[in-house]
Amino acid sequence: MKRRTFCASSAGLLALPLTLGRGSRAAEATVFMSTQLRPVEAAQAMRTVILKDYHGSVDFVPDQPAALIVRMEAEAETNKHTVSLLAGVHGELQPLAPKGILMPLDDVAAALKDRGFAPDLMDLGKFGTSQQLFIPWMQATYIMVANKKALPYLPAGADINALSYAQLGAWAADVQKATGKRLLGFPAGPTGLMHRFFEGFLLPSYTGGVVTTFRSADAVTAWTEFAALWKTVNPNSTNYNFMQEPLLTGDVWIAFDHVARVIDALTKQPDDFVAFPAPAGPKGRGWMPVLVGLCIPKGAPDVAGAKALIDYLTRPEVQIATARVAGFFPVTNAPLPPDLNPGLKLAVAAIQRTGAAKDGIAALLPVGLGDKSGEFDKIFLDTFQRVVLRGQAPRAAVDLEGAALAKLMSDTGAPCWRPDPPSQGACVVK
Amino acid sequence: MHGGRALPYLLIAPATFFLAVLFLVPLAQTVALAFQADGAWSFANFSTMADDLNFHDAVVNSFRLVAVAVPVQFCLALGMAMMLRHVRRGRDILLWIWSIPLGVSDLAAGVVWLAILTDHGYLNSVLFHLGVIDEPTSWLTYETPVALFFAVAVAEIWRATAIVLLILVAGVQVLPKEYGEAAAVFGASPWRGFVSVTLPLLKPSIQTALILRTVLAFEAFAVVLAIGGNNFPVLVSEAYHWQHFNQDTGVAAAYAMVVMVISIAATLVYLAVLRTPPGQRA
Repeated sequence: MKRRTFCASSAGLLALPLTLGRGSRAAEATVFMSTQLRPVEAAQAMRTVILKDYHGSVDFVPDQPAALIVRMEAEAETNKHTVSLLAGVHGELQPLAPKGILMPLDDVAAALKDRGFAPDLMDLGKFGTSQQLFIPWMQATYIMVANKKALPYLPAGADINALSYAQLGAWAADVQKATGKRLLGFPAGPTGLMHRFFEGFLLPSYTGGVVTTFRSADAVTAWTEFAALWKTVNPNSTNYNFMQEPLLTGDVWIAFDHVARVIDALTKQPDDFVAFPAPAGPKGRGWMPVLVGLCIPKGAPDVAGAKALIDYLTRPEVQIATARVAGFFPVTNAPLPPDLNPGLKLAVAAIQRTGAAKDGIAALLPVGLGDKSGEFDKIFLDTFQRVVLRGQAPRAAVDLEGAALAKLMSDTGAPCWRPDPPSQGACVVK
Repeated sequence: MHGGRALPYLLIAPATFFLAVLFLVPLAQTVALAFQADGAWSFANFSTMADDLNFHDAVVNSFRLVAVAVPVQFCLALGMAMMLRHVRRGRDILLWIWSIPLGVSDLAAGVVWLAILTDHGYLNSVLFHLGVIDEPTSWLTYETPVALFFAVAVAEIWRATAIVLLILVAGVQVLPKEYGEAAAVFGASPWRGFVSVTLPLLKPSIQTALILRTVLAFEAFAVVLAIGGNNFPVLVSEAYHWQHFNQDTGVAAAYAMVVMVISIAATLVYLAVLRTPPGQRA
């Protein structure tokens, strides 16, 4: 993986001067720099499959996020522009916005209105400003997957695509009553992504925030109710890293995880499973998009080409092609073709429903924590450990861990990210 | 013979050099890391470590594991070594089979035991087929701490009894027969002979075996991580967590310091308690 990344970046380094040479003669190839699809196979799939029907010529140059940022800053400072289009995860490209490097794309967004972008995702592309600076391209997120055997126990009147945490609890409790087993599962093992559930789903759903509301009364409610829900959770959950495994063995009937970590269950046995959005709490349906989008730097040599590429990449058929070969899913309501792998189709539908939920609260991946992001995650996992696994009082636990969080935020000076309201300076734990 | 006197030192020079470079230098670096925070000397890493949720559990689990595994391993190995004395044919084969676990990597051993003890593992299958249980039972969860501890201890005992055995067997082989025969002549029972003659003569080997095993048991990591995961923190797995997941090298180094201090203390205790005066050496 590392070596492949290295090869990909070396290939990028080799490609760039070639491009420069050509670019100075005639603006034929649009230079498209991306922090995503870096592995050689993925980059190759990008060039040969995803970009196959694009009429213009494109130089797709994958590179590390840090390298992309440095390059764009250097190009802006020296006013020598080579790159026309940028792709990266939302949090990776955000630092370019306050530096004034990105071109407003409101006209592009308006022209693409009929593509059916999830409004929440489009809104994220403003980076907290009044202008559209980033157009969503592809995404991944966390979804829920259930074995069809669990469906008869859904609470009466509950819509599986718009569940609440209370309904999920009632559902899992009924499954337990009927089977005698706890069949709800979470990825709380050593390399599981359980912290993302707290940072992006549970706490935003109950408190509307993550950092600022960490010590709030709403947060205490969230932890109290989650501890109650945990009574229906398979105790092996603290060993689960990828939920597709217990889903396939039948040890778990209802599970939450990153789409990449349940996709095997969906594609191997698409007839046995359903996929649906994570539940909603009192404040809404918290969810964590892993959003990859497109930006055009100010002074780009080929603005028209870049805009044409944005148009191309967000077309329904290209969105579906991307889902097929790249493992990233549509950000628009692209209609799914009948021949799409049924498991992939389940995942895409669940992700589209998540993004389109009217009560959605998008919670971003933590931004600006640097090498403290591991300790940030630990605060949420330790609170879970205290309240849920060790039965400590939620109030005392959030106060204790909240103090650690407050110190971490002031040490890093990281400003708030969504859904917390924007802050001047470090994000403050209220 | 001037060159002859320097020869031994020349011969051990490469080993000494490698030890110094690959052990003493990293040790000094670890000490520096543990006692530095934000570029200044401080105890901050140690207070972070001591305040951490898992620190208490990690200390207790580590000591518990050593307290159970080391005595059991010692008794097993001593028994096996004694039995081997009386085996005439097939002794080498037996010794070879008994030392197989030594050739298995820690992590592989952990994974093997995980395959036995997990919900869909061999133990559950066997118990199910025997009709002892109606459905798979979970042994390795946070709700079953006793079974989990037992599982980790059994795996650790299986994996590392052989090293104790090999040291004791080597010690037993060089014991002079005359002492045992003399005891028998004076009418000592086999048990009396074992307790009063064999054990005291074996003391140097026992000391070596216990020091090695105890130090390594405090460093148990891969087996514990494979079977216990987050449910069974020990000192070294916490060091790994702080280094790998929390990306805080200082706190990881503080854990390493704790493991080192415990190891040195354990070694000193064994050296003092199992001291053999020069006159009594076999």
